[in-house]
Amino acid sequence: MENNHAKQSKGSSFFADLTRNQLFIPMAALLLLLVFNLIMDPGFFKITLGYNSAGHPVLSGFLITILDYGSELAILAIGMTLVTAATGGQDISVGAAIAISGSVLLRMLCGTNTRPETLVMPVLLAFVITCVVAMLFGAFNGTLVAVFGIQPMIATLILYTAGRSIAAWVNNNELPIISEPSFAYYGGFIPGCPIPTPFFIAVLCVAVIALVLKFTTLRLYTQAVGINEYSAKLNGLNPVFIKILSFVILGLCVAVVGLIKVSRFSSINYSVIAKDIEMDAILAVALGGNALSGGKFNMTASIIGAYVIQCLTTTLYKFDVQADALPAYKAVVVIALVVLSAPIVREKLAALMPKSGSREVAK
Amino acid sequence: MKRKFVSALVCAAMVATMAVGCGGGNTETNAPASDAGTEAPAETEAPAETEAPDAGADAEAPAAGGETISIGIINNDPNESGYRTANVRNLEETFSEANGYATQTFYGKENDKQVEAAQKMIQDGVDYLLISAADVSGWDTVLQDAQDAGVRVLLYDRIVNASEDLYEAGVVSDMAKEGETAVAWLEKQGLEKYEIIHLQGQMGAAAQVGRSEALTAAAEEKGWTLVTQQTAEWNAEKAQQIVQSVIDSGKSFNVIYAENDDMAKGAVAALDKANISHGVDGDVIIMGFDCNKWALEELKAGNWNYDGQCNPFQGEKLAELIKKIESGETLSEKLIYMEEKGFDAKEITQEDIDNFGI
Repeated sequence: MENNHAKQSKGSSFFADLTRNQLFIPMAALLLLLVFNLIMDPGFFKITLGYNSAGHPVLSGFLITILDYGSELAILAIGMTLVTAATGGQDISVGAAIAISGSVLLRMLCGTNTRPETLVMPVLLAFVITCVVAMLFGAFNGTLVAVFGIQPMIATLILYTAGRSIAAWVNNNELPIISEPSFAYYGGFIPGCPIPTPFFIAVLCVAVIALVLKFTTLRLYTQAVGINEYSAKLNGLNPVFIKILSFVILGLCVAVVGLIKVSRFSSINYSVIAKDIEMDAILAVALGGNALSGGKFNMTASIIGAYVIQCLTTTLYKFDVQADALPAYKAVVVIALVVLSAPIVREKLAALMPKSGSREVAK
Repeated sequence: MKRKFVSALVCAAMVATMAVGCGGGNTETNAPASDAGTEAPAETEAPAETEAPDAGADAEAPAAGGETISIGIINNDPNESGYRTANVRNLEETFSEANGYATQTFYGKENDKQVEAAQKMIQDGVDYLLISAADVSGWDTVLQDAQDAGVRVLLYDRIVNASEDLYEAGVVSDMAKEGETAVAWLEKQGLEKYEIIHLQGQMGAAAQVGRSEALTAAAEEKGWTLVTQQTAEWNAEKAQQIVQSVIDSGKSFNVIYAENDDMAKGAVAALDKANISHGVDGDVIIMGFDCNKWALEELKAGNWNYDGQCNPFQGEKLAELIKKIESGETLSEKLIYMEEKGFDAKEITQEDIDNFGI
């Protein structure tokens, strides 16, 4: 997607332009992580072509893992960016909503039988129903935020607390397991194609949102509502509709991720599926340099941000950092980001750039 | 005016949030006894009130002598895990109306909500309070209140940090023994070398501590290598990423010791992707815990090697204890351990799956 943030203002140096570009932060973070890994162990970049136990070719390696799991986050980041831009708040119910979507999907595919030999309906039909359900839950969140004026975090707290129980009710507390092998393609590999499917799904989602942003007024309207709701209203926009729409789009993203997640194991565990994923999605938006208080947004930066987060997670796993300590490391990143993106710091940095810029980039 | 309206709405929404929050954990759909229902049996005198003559006002009502025993069950969120679902179901089935119990239940994942519910049940005057606490601490006061009110307390599944005098007995799983059984089985396999990927549960959970301790001790004693020792927080996806990471690093390993079935499943998914054979006659030994039905089926199919039981069927044992107390017997032991097995892929039968799968 185009990035019209880097205005060619002042005739300042290349580096000042670079740092002003919104893509600078996620790219710099990505570069930093990759260089760190290169120095510590170049094996990080090794990709091998092997065969899985079903005899199909698969690529494996740390970079592929990042591509695989980062794609889920990238899809969520699309919706989260729009919600953030339009409402100036975040949706913290994403993980619970994924649990609901996954349950609905399994319920549709399995019917009342938890261990079906054959699927009750085509995956596509079940997925469409799941999308509708997830979008309805999105609309529920959106209505609370837009119509009733509730803080997004508080509004989505409802689904955050209740979502996983709803997910369990959908399937009567049973854990359905799908034995149909083709269902595993969405979160795994399509036979003959060694690249993980989630990556293709993410590419598709990104392409769709890129087209939508290019050919519709979604970007303009969302930003207008996010910057100043009242002036947007005076100009004939309907802020309520735009806000609800952003949540509905996030709902769609949730349904897609739900499909990937459920497909990975052809099963679901309501209590832990997609646990804390909302934090990573929000982090991706922040890492993309988007203001968490709403307004202007850069979709490309968010999507790159998502892969950076996964890169960080995978790196930490590689160095055997305890999984329960991961959030602490991510918190450090968040703090660094928040400080870096504070207007005061950015201005100071921009002023410093012409002198020390070359060193900064070399790092 | 408008602002007032909005703020009123916000308040309403917050209240709703809390209500839904409770509703989420507090799945009362299956509770047969409503408030009105529990008042009635509360009036009936508990048959074995002998040991609590100083019982408070609640126990004073020696109304018409009904046969039903009123029970208050405090448990964790049934959606927490397959184990919990089975546990909740087992208790509900055991203490059903048909079996002569008037039961009210509270399911929640937060300790303070559980304590609140326990207080309410004591006020309702239940005869027995069965508690599986979310957290080990914070129960002293409410247990004291229960004793003052003449309510007998039985703990199950988890023991709390409180004086032993405050409860009759606890029916629990011996997590340390589960770990020891598994490790003993592993040792019996007589592998040339032991290179183990250890996937831990949520750090600090009793199941994690018990199951980890045995393996860590054995590794130190017998010189086994722990290739990696990581918590995957009971989560299949995290387990898959951790094992993937070990495979990508090119480290060799031949045992995966996962502290629950989900994590074992995640590990196996990573192995399948890398075409590493596992299970019976495979290169990597797969060990799991909890005995989910699907896990035992994996075992029977030879994809896994071992599954350790964590027995959630405490209902019968509890009913037995209650019967003993009712007939005036004193309980000899404070801690009663559930019998738990470990299943070997080579020996498991369909009967085992039907009987012990959860």
